[in-house]
Amino acid sequence: MKRLRISEKMRELMTGYYMAGMQAECNAWITSGAPVELLHALDVYPVYPENHGALIGATKLGGYYCEFAEKNGFSRDLCSYARCDIGCVFAGTSPIGGLPKPTFLFACNNICNTVVKWYEVLSRIFKVPLFVLDMPFIRKELKDCHLRYVEEQLYDFISFAERVTDRKLDDAKLRDVVLKSMESVELYSECLRTAANKPSPMTCFDAFVNMAPIVCLRGTDHAVSFYKEMKQELDERVKEGVSAIEREEIRLLWDNIPVWYRLKWFGEFFEKRNACLVADTYTNAWSGFKVSRGEDVLSGMAEVYTVSYLNIGMEMTAEIINKLIDLYDVDGVVMHSNRSCKPYSFGQYEIQKKLSVPSVIIEADMVDERVFSEAQVVTRLEAFLEML
Amino acid sequence: MITVGIDIGSITAKCVVLEDTRILGYKISRVKPNLEVTAKEILAETLSFVGLKREDVGRIVATGYGRNMVDFADKKITEISCHAAGACFLISNAGTVIDIGGQDSKVIAVENGKVLDFVMNDKCAAGTGRFIEVMAAALNLRIEDVGSLAVKATKKLKISSTCTVFAETEVVSYISSGEKVENIVAGVCDAIAGRIIAMANRVGIRREVVLTGGVAKNLGVKRAIEERLGFPVIVPEEPQIAGALGAAVLGQKA
Ligand SMILES: Nc1ncnc2c1ncn2[C@@H]1O[C@H](COP(=O)(O)OP(=O)(O)O)[C@@H](O)[C@H]1O
Ligand code: SF4
Repeated sequence: MKRLRISEKMRELMTGYYMAGMQAECNAWITSGAPVELLHALDVYPVYPENHGALIGATKLGGYYCEFAEKNGFSRDLCSYARCDIGCVFAGTSPIGGLPKPTFLFACNNICNTVVKWYEVLSRIFKVPLFVLDMPFIRKELKDCHLRYVEEQLYDFISFAERVTDRKLDDAKLRDVVLKSMESVELYSECLRTAANKPSPMTCFDAFVNMAPIVCLRGTDHAVSFYKEMKQELDERVKEGVSAIEREEIRLLWDNIPVWYRLKWFGEFFEKRNACLVADTYTNAWSGFKVSRGEDVLSGMAEVYTVSYLNIGMEMTAEIINKLIDLYDVDGVVMHSNRSCKPYSFGQYEIQKKLSVPSVIIEADMVDERVFSEAQVVTRLEAFLEML
Repeated sequence: MITVGIDIGSITAKCVVLEDTRILGYKISRVKPNLEVTAKEILAETLSFVGLKREDVGRIVATGYGRNMVDFADKKITEISCHAAGACFLISNAGTVIDIGGQDSKVIAVENGKVLDFVMNDKCAAGTGRFIEVMAAALNLRIEDVGSLAVKATKKLKISSTCTVFAETEVVSYISSGEKVENIVAGVCDAIAGRIIAMANRVGIRREVVLTGGVAKNLGVKRAIEERLGFPVIVPEEPQIAGALGAAVLGQKA
């Protein structure tokens, strides 16, 4: 696999991000689907336990840190991001020396309800205030009452954060952050969309590795310049007809969170069989966080964050996947049934029936390498490729 | 051309020698801890049985969960493609292949020997041959006798646990409460059938339904599946070799 040059830059950028977190005067631990723009606008440094979890998974220490939580009574059925994050708190460290102690916590349940309980636990451990942004689940259509409900809470959150930090939100600053957020999401989406080219200049593994800036830094200049540069590199590849893998014969779409401790393994597995996972539903979910250029920033924010990928009904999910299938012109879908992430994995067997191309389900976990059964995964994937 | 298919399963190894479209002979053996040795031995045994030498063989294809340990194979193909090919070789109008082996089971939708879709069981022994083996041991029965006993049952006792360990406890408690052995094993067979049909519904069931794998030899399981489907299924003469046969069949083409 041809690595993207930008990945080096990503490493530097994220190292800088974690270092800055250690020194920040004021920080909030935040869930991946929450409107981070509000934090940036208040100069509150955002800490992402989920990103930290992914990082631990990638270092193959997921099981090790999960055990610290398990020893303290947390069930092995609990999401492994939560388990290893809480585990690191008990262990007092992590591969990057642990996360800075939070000033306050900000959980939004537009991804799952696990985060609510997880952050309540953190709130008790650290004895710091928690704000839960409650999102109504959008089964079929988004209604006005949903938006009003969320928008009101955004105002509540601002008062809460202003009180805790003793700062005042500046409207102009918020507008500026939102504009940067929009720009980075747009650039990021364009990067992902280059995978529609044949051969694809990138794989979903490139997308996984380079997603941290859009998660943690959207709304800052860093994310904008990072994805600008990534886009340039990808455009160059497209112009020169450079393929991400040696020989692209089969094009595939990945569904669900990656298996972080096996990224390289999966990458090599597919490349050896001339199959390219050109895109995935996970990283594409962030291209949805695009606040529109409407007059009111907060109502725009309420809308995009409410209809987040994991907060919508199965019909809508299947529709989105079918759109990705068309956009990237893939021959099949590899669905990771992720033991950890119930909202993401629930319904995959039903969704499968609604897809326009064949799909296969493999069972694993994003961080906990103890539940990975290589022989079973290999047989399913090989049989699927033989079938295609 | 003469091709050989070797299927290294979790419990048994199977080897089939095929000349064009004619089966020359086959062997089934118990797998040894060393899969490489197992593969070499069964190949030698089968070849000597049919009176051929290694040089006579045009191509060797390995399948089964131990396929990657068969270094001398010319090609490795998953048991899903192989069971489909083997079943369709034997029963040309097969629409669904249900393979129940030692530690996994799969349902494959097929058309003219090609795989359309498939599902495999979850990561446990429920719904596999191992499940029956554990229950047979608890009842002090030989595995070969389970099926013929089950069809004599007057009622099916319900085994409600999916987990093999808990199900064994249920079986033991039926024994101690004086239930008839045939009614207990009928329950065991039906539990397997229930799991398989639930899986089969995911890919959709189309006739003819062909049963392969070692468990297809168990008459109790076959009957229980038929009762749940409401129509008869086809069990080839030697269902256990379907995977190895399919490997040999695919070897003719590749
Ligand atoms: N004569 C028989 N009667 C009933 N069941 C049998 C018989 N022989 C084997 N079995 C069943 O078949 C299973 C093994 O199936 P097989 O297809 O050989 O598995 P694998 O390919 O995984 O090794 C055993 O667990 C047992 O339950
Ligand atoms: S359950 Fe899923 S959505 Fe929720 S925190 Fe875990 S991985 Fe994220």
